[in-house]
Amino acid sequence: MTEPAVTFRAVTKRYGRVTAVDDVSFDIAPASLVTLLGPSGCGKTTTLRLIAGLEHASAGRIGIGGADVTTLSAADRDVSMVFQSYALFPHMTVMENACYGLRASGLTRAQAEARAADKLRLVGLTGFERRLPSELSGGQQQRVAVARAIVLEPQVLLFDEPLSNLDAKLRRRVRDEIRALQQDLHLTVVYVTHDQEEALAVSDRIIVMSQARIAQDGTPRELYEAPASRFVADFIGNANLLPVTLRHDDATMGTATLGALAVALPHRNLPAGPALLAVRPHAVRLSATGDGLAGKVAHAAYLGGHMEYGVELPGIEDELFAIATDIAQPLRAGQDVRVRFDPGGVAVVRAEEE
Amino acid sequence: MMPLAARAWAVALAVPALLLPWYGQESLLAALRAGDAMPLAMVAWARPWLLPLLAVPLVALAASWRDAPRLLVAVSLAGLAWLCLESLAITHRGWAWAWIGGLLGAAPTQPALGWGALGYALACTMLAAAGLARRGWCRGDMFVLGAILLILGAILIFVFWPVMTVLISAVRDNDGAFAPVLFWEKFSDRSIWGLECLSDARSCGAAWNTLFLAVLVGVLSTLLGLAFALVALRTGLPLKGPIRLLSLLPIITPPFVIGLALIIMFGRAGFITSFLYQTFDIPRSRWLYGWPGVAIAQLLAFTPIAFLVLVGVLQAVAPSLEEAAGTLRAGRWHIFRTITWPLIRPGLANAFLIGFIESMADFGNPLMLGGSFNVLSTDIFFAVVGAAHDQGRAAILGIVLLAFTMAAFTSQRLWVGTRSYTTVTGKGDGGVPPPLPLGLRAACYATVLPWLALTVVVYGIILGGGFVVSVGRDHTPTLKYFLTAFSIDRGVGGWFLSGSAWSSFLTTMQLSVIAMPLTAALGLLTAWLLARQEFRGRGAFEFLTMMSFAIPGTVIGISYILAFNTPPVELTGTGTILVLAFMFRNMPVGIRAGIASLAQIDKSLDEASLTLGARSGRTFRLVILPILRPAIIAAMVYSFVRAVTAVSAVIFLTTAQYQLATVYIVGRAEIGEYGIALAYSAVLIVVMVAALIAIRALVGEQRIGRRQADTGAVPIGLSAS
Repeated sequence: MTEPAVTFRAVTKRYGRVTAVDDVSFDIAPASLVTLLGPSGCGKTTTLRLIAGLEHASAGRIGIGGADVTTLSAADRDVSMVFQSYALFPHMTVMENACYGLRASGLTRAQAEARAADKLRLVGLTGFERRLPSELSGGQQQRVAVARAIVLEPQVLLFDEPLSNLDAKLRRRVRDEIRALQQDLHLTVVYVTHDQEEALAVSDRIIVMSQARIAQDGTPRELYEAPASRFVADFIGNANLLPVTLRHDDATMGTATLGALAVALPHRNLPAGPALLAVRPHAVRLSATGDGLAGKVAHAAYLGGHMEYGVELPGIEDELFAIATDIAQPLRAGQDVRVRFDPGGVAVVRAEEE
Repeated sequence: MMPLAARAWAVALAVPALLLPWYGQESLLAALRAGDAMPLAMVAWARPWLLPLLAVPLVALAASWRDAPRLLVAVSLAGLAWLCLESLAITHRGWAWAWIGGLLGAAPTQPALGWGALGYALACTMLAAAGLARRGWCRGDMFVLGAILLILGAILIFVFWPVMTVLISAVRDNDGAFAPVLFWEKFSDRSIWGLECLSDARSCGAAWNTLFLAVLVGVLSTLLGLAFALVALRTGLPLKGPIRLLSLLPIITPPFVIGLALIIMFGRAGFITSFLYQTFDIPRSRWLYGWPGVAIAQLLAFTPIAFLVLVGVLQAVAPSLEEAAGTLRAGRWHIFRTITWPLIRPGLANAFLIGFIESMADFGNPLMLGGSFNVLSTDIFFAVVGAAHDQGRAAILGIVLLAFTMAAFTSQRLWVGTRSYTTVTGKGDGGVPPPLPLGLRAACYATVLPWLALTVVVYGIILGGGFVVSVGRDHTPTLKYFLTAFSIDRGVGGWFLSGSAWSSFLTTMQLSVIAMPLTAALGLLTAWLLARQEFRGRGAFEFLTMMSFAIPGTVIGISYILAFNTPPVELTGTGTILVLAFMFRNMPVGIRAGIASLAQIDKSLDEASLTLGARSGRTFRLVILPILRPAIIAAMVYSFVRAVTAVSAVIFLTTAQYQLATVYIVGRAEIGEYGIALAYSAVLIVVMVAALIAIRALVGEQRIGRRQADTGAVPIGLSAS
C-alpha cells in the first residue's frame, strides 16, 4: 500500500477554552478527493488550515507525504490552497499571481512564466495574463486561484468552500471542472464545503464533522445509505427521522414498525428495540387511498419539476417532508393521505446520539 | 534540519564579537579605518566578566549546526541576559549598586556600549527567534518571531526603561542616593497640589491647573468639533471644503505658533487690544496670559482633531436609522436626542479624551501664554533648565503628568474602545440624513462661524505675519525678517548660508528625513504584527506599543536625558537620540494608520502567499506593503510633520550642535522677535506641504481598487467553521 498523502493522528486544536478540532485522526490516500463536510462551526475549516499550516495543532501529529510537518510553517509545507475569497493579490496581474509561488521558490521569471502559462491554459485563461484580478469575472477569478495553486504541483491541494462566491448556475460547472482537473492530474485534494450535494457530487470520500469531531467517514454511498448517526442522516439528504421499533429477522435483515406500517430493511447490527428510521424525502410515497399510515397534507408547493409536501402524521411532532415527481395530479393542502415508504430510501439509525 | 537563517545568524553573531568596537566610539568608520576598533574578543581579556559573552557564538554555532533549537534559545537568551546584567551592573563609575562591591570587592569600570554590543544583541535576538521558530512558536515563523522580539526589545529600551528611570530618579536626590522622605516632600509640595486659588488670588498647584485646563479644553474642543462636524455633514452650507482644509492646518503648524499669533492679536500690545483701547477706551490688560489664553490657543490647535474624529463617527451613523425613526413619527429633535446623540456618544467620549491628553501634553502654548498659570509640562522643563536644576522634582512632576495621561489613555481603551455602536458594514446605505433641528442648527452656526473667522485670522497672521513690518499696524510688505533668517551671501570662499536660521533648519530637515522612514517602518511592522499575528502576550505587546502615545513629550524628554546620559547607553548630545525620540514618540501614528488599513485587507491574502511557499518576510514585502501604500504615505507624512513641529520632547535634547527649528523659533518668540518667528514658521509650513506632495508622488498612488473588500469575501477568522 502506498504512503497516505495526509495523516492526522489524534490532532486537537484549542483556542483558549474553545476546542475547534477534538482528537481527530484520518488518512487521505494519494490521488483522491476527500471532502470535509459539516455545518458551520464544526471544525472543518480549522482542519483544512491545520493541513495548510495556517494553524498549528495544540496536540497530535500531522504528516504530509510520510513526513512529519506538525511544527513546519505554511511556507515550508508542500501544499497549496484555493481560498474561499480566492485571495488574489489585487496589485498583481493574473500572470504575476500565477507565478508568485514559483518565484517564491526561486525560479527565474522566464521559467516561472513558462510553467504558469501552461497551467493558465489548463484552466482556460490564456489571453488574460496581463489583466488585474479586478478586471475579471467571479468565475475567472476562481480559475486564477486554482491555476495559482496547481502551478506549484503540490502534494496536496486544499479547497476552502471554492464555490460559495459563485452563482448557482456557475457552481455546478466549476464543480465538475475541479473534479475533472483532479482526476486528469491525479491530484490529492482536500475540499471543504457545507453543501452536502456538492460533497456527494465530487468526492471519493467524505469526512462528516460535527462539533469538532468526525461524525462519519466513508464513501458518498455509504454515508447516504448507511448513516452512522441521526446527525449524518439529517445532514446528508435531509432525511425525515421517525421513531420506530426495530426487530431482527435474520443475520442481516430486520423490520422497522411505525404504527400500522412495517418496513423491511437491513438492520446493520443495531440493537433491537427503539430506533430511528431515516426516510429520504423522495422515498415517501403519498396516495389518496390504499394502505399505509394515515396523514394529512399540511402544505403543498409546486416547484416546476416536482412537488414538495409537508405531511402531518398523528403522534409525530415534525412534519414529514416529501418530494413527489407526480406533478400531473398534485395533492391539495388539507387533503387526507396514506403514507408509505420506498425501501430504497430508508435506513435505521441509532435512537440516541452517543 | 535547522533553517539556513539560524546558521547565518550564528555566523553573524561572530562578526560584532570579532570585528566591531565593543564600546562606544565617536565614529564607527573612523575606528574601523584606523584599525583601533576594540572588538569583544580583544576587550574581554582585560575585563573577565565579558568572557561568557565570547562563549555564546561558539555554542550557538554548534547548536545551529546540530539542530538543537532548545540549546540555541537557551544560549542566545543567556547571552542577552548577561549582556544586560553586566552592562547595568558595571558602569563608568564602578558598581552600579553598592552592595555588589561588598560582595566582589574593588570596582571595575567600563564605558558605554558601542556598535559591537548593538550587533551582538541583535544577532542574539535573531538566534533566539530562529530557535523558537524551530520549536514551532508563532506557527514556526522566524520573521514574525524576530520582528516581535526586536520591536519588544526596542520598546523596552527606548520607552519602558526611560520611564522606569524617571520613576527611580524620583525617589533619589541629585546625588543619586535613595531618599524616600525627600520624594514625599517634593511630591506633596504646594506648587503641585495647592488649592489656594479657591480661597485667595494666588495660583493653584500645577497638577490642579493642568487637570482644570485639560477638562476645559477636552469639553470645549469636543463641543466645537461636534458643531463643525454637524455643519459640515448635516447642513446645506457649502463649508465642507474650507472646514476640511482648515482642519488639516494645525497638523502642520508648530504648536506654539498659534499662541504667538494670539499674543500679536490680544496681548497687552496686541493690535486688537490697542484698537479696543483707542476706540472704546477698554483698558489694556494681561488677561491673555493665564488659563484663558492657553485654553484658546489649545482649542484652536485641538478642535480640528476632535472634528476629524467626530466626522468619522457621524458618517458611520447609518442615515437609514434616522429615517426609520422618522417613519415612526419622531420629530427632528426627538430623532437627534434618541438616535443620533446616543450613537455618537462613544465618539464624543473619545474626542474628549484625545483633547484631554493633548492639552496635558501640550508644551508650546503654556510656555508662550501661561504666565503665572503653571502647568505640569512647563514646570518639568523649568525644573530642569531653571536655576533650581532639580531632576528629582522634574521626575516627580513627570510621574504626576504621566499618571493623568495614562489614566485617560487606559479609560479610553478599556471603556470607550468597547462601546462603539457604529460599524462600517461596507453596505451602501441609501438613506439621506434628516436636517438638523432648527435650534441646534442656529447654535451650530453661532459657534462655527465666529470661530472659523478667528481661525482664518490666526492663520493669516502665521502665514503672512513674517512678511509685513508689523501685523495690525504697518502692513508694508518686507522681506527683512525672512532674509535675517534665510539669507545667502557671497563671501571669500564663495556662496554661504549666512541667515541665522539655516543651521537649525538644515538640522531639523536632516533628522526628520532620517526619522521618517524609520518611524513609518517601525509603526507599520508593529501594526502588521498586531493586526495579523496571534501570539501569547499580544495584548500586553499592544499596550506597550501604544503607551508611548500617552507619554507626554516633556516626560519623554526628561526620561531620555535621565536614561541615556550615562553608560551603558550614552546618547545625549547626539543626533541619534533626537531621531530615536522622534521614532518612538510618533510610532503610534504609523501603528494606527497600519491597523486601519490592514483591517480592510482580507487576511486570506497573507495566507495565500504563505501557502504558496513565500515566508512571512517575503509576504510582507510583496503582498502587504504594496497594498498598504496609503498607510505608508500617511505614516511617513505624519512622522515627518510631527518631527518637524515637535517641541516638547526635543527642547530637552537639543544642543548647540543639534539645534532644531522649533526650539529656535521659541527662542526668537521669547525675546519678542515675532517677525522672524513668524517668517520661519511660514517657511516650515510651506516646506511641510511640499514634502507632503513629494512623499505622495514618491510612494505613488495605489494601483488597485478595494475590490477585494467587496467581493463578499468572508474573512477567515478563528471562529469560521
